[in-house]
Amino acid sequence: MEKSSIIEISKLVKRFPVGGDFFTALDDINLSLSRGEFTGIVGPSGSGKTTLLNILGSLDVPSEGEVTVLGNKISTLSHKQAAQLRNGHIGFIFQTYNLLPVYTVYENVEFPLLLLKTLARDREKAVLEAIEWVGLTDKIKSKPAQLSGGESQRVAIARAMVKKPEIVLADEPTANLDSENSHHILRTMEKLNTELNTTFVFATHDEKVMSYLKRMIRLEDGKVAQDEWISERKVAS
Amino acid sequence: MDIRKKGSKLNYTVMMSIKLALRNLLGAGLRTWLNVIVLSFSYVIIIWYQGLIDGWNVQARRDMIAWEIAEGQFWHEAYDPYDPFTLEESHALIPEVLLKENIASILITQGTIYPDGRIQGVILKGIDKNQQVLRLPTDRLVKENGEIPVLIGKRMATNNKLNEGDFLTLRWRDSNGTFDATEVRIAGIFKTDVPSIDQGHVWLALDDLQQMTQSQGEATMIIAGTASLGGVDVPGWTFKDHDFLLADLNQIIKQKSVGGSVMYILLLILAMLAIFDTQILSIFRRQKEIGTFIALGMTRKQVVRLFTIEGGMTSVLAALVGAIYGIPLLIVQNNMGYAMPYNPDDLGIAISEVIYPSYSIGLITGTILIVMITATIVSYMPARKISRMNPTDAIKGKIQ
Repeated sequence: MEKSSIIEISKLVKRFPVGGDFFTALDDINLSLSRGEFTGIVGPSGSGKTTLLNILGSLDVPSEGEVTVLGNKISTLSHKQAAQLRNGHIGFIFQTYNLLPVYTVYENVEFPLLLLKTLARDREKAVLEAIEWVGLTDKIKSKPAQLSGGESQRVAIARAMVKKPEIVLADEPTANLDSENSHHILRTMEKLNTELNTTFVFATHDEKVMSYLKRMIRLEDGKVAQDEWISERKVAS
Repeated sequence: MDIRKKGSKLNYTVMMSIKLALRNLLGAGLRTWLNVIVLSFSYVIIIWYQGLIDGWNVQARRDMIAWEIAEGQFWHEAYDPYDPFTLEESHALIPEVLLKENIASILITQGTIYPDGRIQGVILKGIDKNQQVLRLPTDRLVKENGEIPVLIGKRMATNNKLNEGDFLTLRWRDSNGTFDATEVRIAGIFKTDVPSIDQGHVWLALDDLQQMTQSQGEATMIIAGTASLGGVDVPGWTFKDHDFLLADLNQIIKQKSVGGSVMYILLLILAMLAIFDTQILSIFRRQKEIGTFIALGMTRKQVVRLFTIEGGMTSVLAALVGAIYGIPLLIVQNNMGYAMPYNPDDLGIAISEVIYPSYSIGLITGTILIVMITATIVSYMPARKISRMNPTDAIKGKIQ
């Protein structure tokens, strides 16, 4: 498996204005993530997990320091360049699924490919394949309101994976799911990680997710408190 | 498989936006259709009202040309229709240059009639009974049994309780100022939408009136039957073209159009408010969706374009819905006409009891274009707010 670095974080600081002052959400983060990782950023609420994920996804920019994703320095990207990076190389999975409510399952999964200007013939093939990965072929014409939470999140995974991105950023993907659905989702992602060598980065504090991770980066008060490879932890235990 | 193979770049982004906008609109269900229906009312009512004004304009011009002004009029230089004192002096021999042309000569003087013992001042107009220029039934002005035949309009007949075949005492002054009177017979009552040749008018044969007023061979005005006569220079006579003769009508139509424009604008504002309101609400209600669009790789410009096209497409759907119920309604209205809710005689202008609307291609396409352009602009304004949205807050629906 190729282990080249695709995310480099150096001295990252992120501050938000609060009242007349600033709140430091991330403080001096230094990390490197390689292709094909199945990594979780864990920690309690307010520890900066989602903020870090947003910066990795070029939805936000660092206040200080440098974040390089697939060779792109996030702080120097224009809106258009950031959109192109997300469109072409990054898939998002959200806690609340964020499916487009008026679209069918097929249309939701198809959406990123429309932005990529993929040919109709290739688009259809890719969408059907992605929906098959997550086992929702029988729900292809359903609208999000007709789906259960687990099914909705599987559609979100298919949507994130349909363009076969290098990186998938998943923000609390199991927070709204029951145990059975959570494991189903995680197994699906684990399979995709193995088969497609896609890098998965989770922001989570869910124990179920943690049990699947190969690497766990623990944030506390915006700082990296622990960076642990699970195989090492298992060996240690 | 490389799924990122590019499709045709030609207009792809715009076509994609149109496709997504249509998908969003149709997917939004009732919200979309309520807007569409409100906007379609605007289309139909604007086209109906403007069509009515245009129909009136067309009918009034057509009737005035047919009954009163034809292709223009030569006026004796002293003639002033607003000054009855000029009538005594404003007649002269019919110019020879016009005698062989297609014309209708009219001699005008004042007179008095006594219907049912009442006294009423009238305008006496003598017109060539063989004329083919105006629609007046002048062929009925042929003398029988030595009686002087006259024509009056239906309004005049109704107001004075006169009927065809009735005799009427008529008094006038000849060119020497001497009063004279005689009995005339109502040979015909004509119905016209042009009150200015009906109310207070008594029409006689030109030769009868010339004889009565001792003005042989003379006329006050000459109606041109062909447009080319407008270029003929006749000393002592002034040619009045359509622009001059229809000026009053044009002025009234213009005023009506301005009044119509107010309604036009009010309707547009109403419809645009509905779109604006929907768009503003959409920006906030759909912020999670907008955040998702951006997270999935849409640029802010693309999102703004998508929302703008959605608004614009509302007007396209409204045009289609408006066409579904509007075309049959307007066709029925066109066939049945619009009955004036008040007596059009009171207006003193050429207006029919029933107006048939006129829907021109220009009116329809112009209305559709104006509504579409306005709807698109109105949609663009709130959509610009999207460009100021923080996507990380939008994704979570945090923006208030």
